[in-house]
Amino acid sequence: MVEASQATTAAGKTPVLKVEGLKKHFPIKKGILSRTVGNVFAVDGVSFSINEGETLGLVGESGCGKSTVGRTVLRLLEPTEGKIEVEGTDITTLNKPALRNFRREMQIIFQDPYSSLNPRMSAGDIVGELLKVHGIAESKEQEKERVAELFDKVGLRRAQMDSFPHEFSGGQRQRIGIARALALNPRLIIGDEPVSALDVSIQAQVINLLMDLQQEFKLSYLFIAHDLAVVEHISDHIAVMYLGRIVEYTDKKTLFTSPQHPYTEALLSAVPIPDPTIRREKIILKGDVPSPIKPPSGCHFHTRCPYVEERCKVEEPLLREIAPGHQVCCHLR
Amino acid sequence: MTDIDQQAELAKAGANIDGRWDAIVHFAKNFPLACFGITIVIMFVLMAIFADVIAVHDPVQTDSNLSLAAPSMTNIMGADMMGRDMFARIVHGSRISLVVGISSTLLGGIIGVVIGLMSGYLLGWFDLIMQRIIDIMQALPLLVLALVMAASLGPSLENTILAISIPLVPRVARVVRSSTLALREMPFVEAARAAGMTELRVAFRHVLPNTLAPLIVLGTAQLGSAILVEASLSFLGLGVPEPHPSWGRMLSENAAEYARVAPWLVIFPGLAISVVVFGTNLLGDALRDILDPRQRS
Repeated sequence: MVEASQATTAAGKTPVLKVEGLKKHFPIKKGILSRTVGNVFAVDGVSFSINEGETLGLVGESGCGKSTVGRTVLRLLEPTEGKIEVEGTDITTLNKPALRNFRREMQIIFQDPYSSLNPRMSAGDIVGELLKVHGIAESKEQEKERVAELFDKVGLRRAQMDSFPHEFSGGQRQRIGIARALALNPRLIIGDEPVSALDVSIQAQVINLLMDLQQEFKLSYLFIAHDLAVVEHISDHIAVMYLGRIVEYTDKKTLFTSPQHPYTEALLSAVPIPDPTIRREKIILKGDVPSPIKPPSGCHFHTRCPYVEERCKVEEPLLREIAPGHQVCCHLR
Repeated sequence: MTDIDQQAELAKAGANIDGRWDAIVHFAKNFPLACFGITIVIMFVLMAIFADVIAVHDPVQTDSNLSLAAPSMTNIMGADMMGRDMFARIVHGSRISLVVGISSTLLGGIIGVVIGLMSGYLLGWFDLIMQRIIDIMQALPLLVLALVMAASLGPSLENTILAISIPLVPRVARVVRSSTLALREMPFVEAARAAGMTELRVAFRHVLPNTLAPLIVLGTAQLGSAILVEASLSFLGLGVPEPHPSWGRMLSENAAEYARVAPWLVIFPGLAISVVVFGTNLLGDALRDILDPRQRS
């Protein structure tokens, strides 16, 4: 399925990230005996892969499990089920010391540039600490030099290394976060809505910086966002998530020109067009996202779908390939 | 670097441009109360260190001629019933107060920090058991707990320190635990984990420094109250035994019998305790501000 699309882009190469049947259920515990009374099906069977130098945009509304995917892929959360292969190594089987060592291959950029930096450490120490922990820098001078290089790369001044996070603006703080993610020379960077907390003008700067760095270091990104316009700019492929599952997966162009899943259609109709003369019919979805504790029967989207049919309520659709490299999870397509 | 960078550096260093003295003046203008507190505490520490030089008289030397002598040129704070020079006794008493205050706060603080950090970080059964023990300890007031400890251990300097430090543990542990609970969910802690740091490093390098602000205030407040508790224990005859001069005991021995005939015997030890406790509290607030990078100008 997914592999078929990638066979054309990078034949025979192991993808940087390959996720198969990933599930993350959070048990709900009650009472003094901590009985499990239910589960939050945050991520319920997600598969995708990312090749070297590619960006997969993961979109969906709040609570659909996209951030959980990001955290589980890094094993910051333990997956309930499924396989996560980074550079061909299944990280779900690694023990703690091995995983700690392996973390240099995969890093994360957080959404909130304020709470993601330790307020008591200087910017230089925040970045330099990773080098120290992984024994990359042999001396204090080497560490300083490497941090200074990273500061150059992300567009911060070297003199700012001794400043504390509160002395920076939001965009600059996010650059520190990017420098930290780059410090270990990772292959894969997960961006958990890395620009959604920034001003629109700064968003563009940070996205362009991320794209430049991708070029330079052959990075692969898993880019999580709820804003399709942002994802359109940076992604090669896009996966749309709804209630813990991927409902549509394809390359960027196809997704924007011929979206197949009704949910994707609704999302796309919400993207503003920078031309007031163009009128477009907006698809406004009714209701809220159903609770991931008790997902709807059949197709998860049937409660809000404008084209809902009888079979959608009982029969669960599977993610099928409807065109080469284009997968949709819907009975009607 | 460029000129602008250098200027920014200099501006950041604040008054350091014109040397250290200016920096001190700058600090004094910003935190006048803090300076006052620091001065008191420094004087107190110097007094303890140079007690032998400052006090000309021997604090334990009795002289029946001087019994209950009023303050004069030779005995500026008078003398007690046994004719021991009050000034010498107060100066030497600062040693006891300092040793008891600092070591009990440190001992209690360190144990409390370790328990609180582990409790908040590990959670689970360790947290459950620790918190119940702390509940029991917190049900008793500081002084009562110290009293029980001192009574069962017997009066000596070491036991007094131990008796005062144990009741500090639950307070410190609670404060550290509650901050830890909030901090462990912060993205920067998650980032440290994602960077492949060991849990121990995450706990001590990323969580602990951020619990510091409330801890320092608590610690210095405890430094003051440790001195008070020592005074109270000595007042009840359970503190540091004779012949060591202790402010609390000086107050207790003299208060009942001589408060009317020789009020200087009560006023001076009382004043010494009040001033030092006041100074440590001011120092605590100052330290909290100085150690917080956000407060630095």
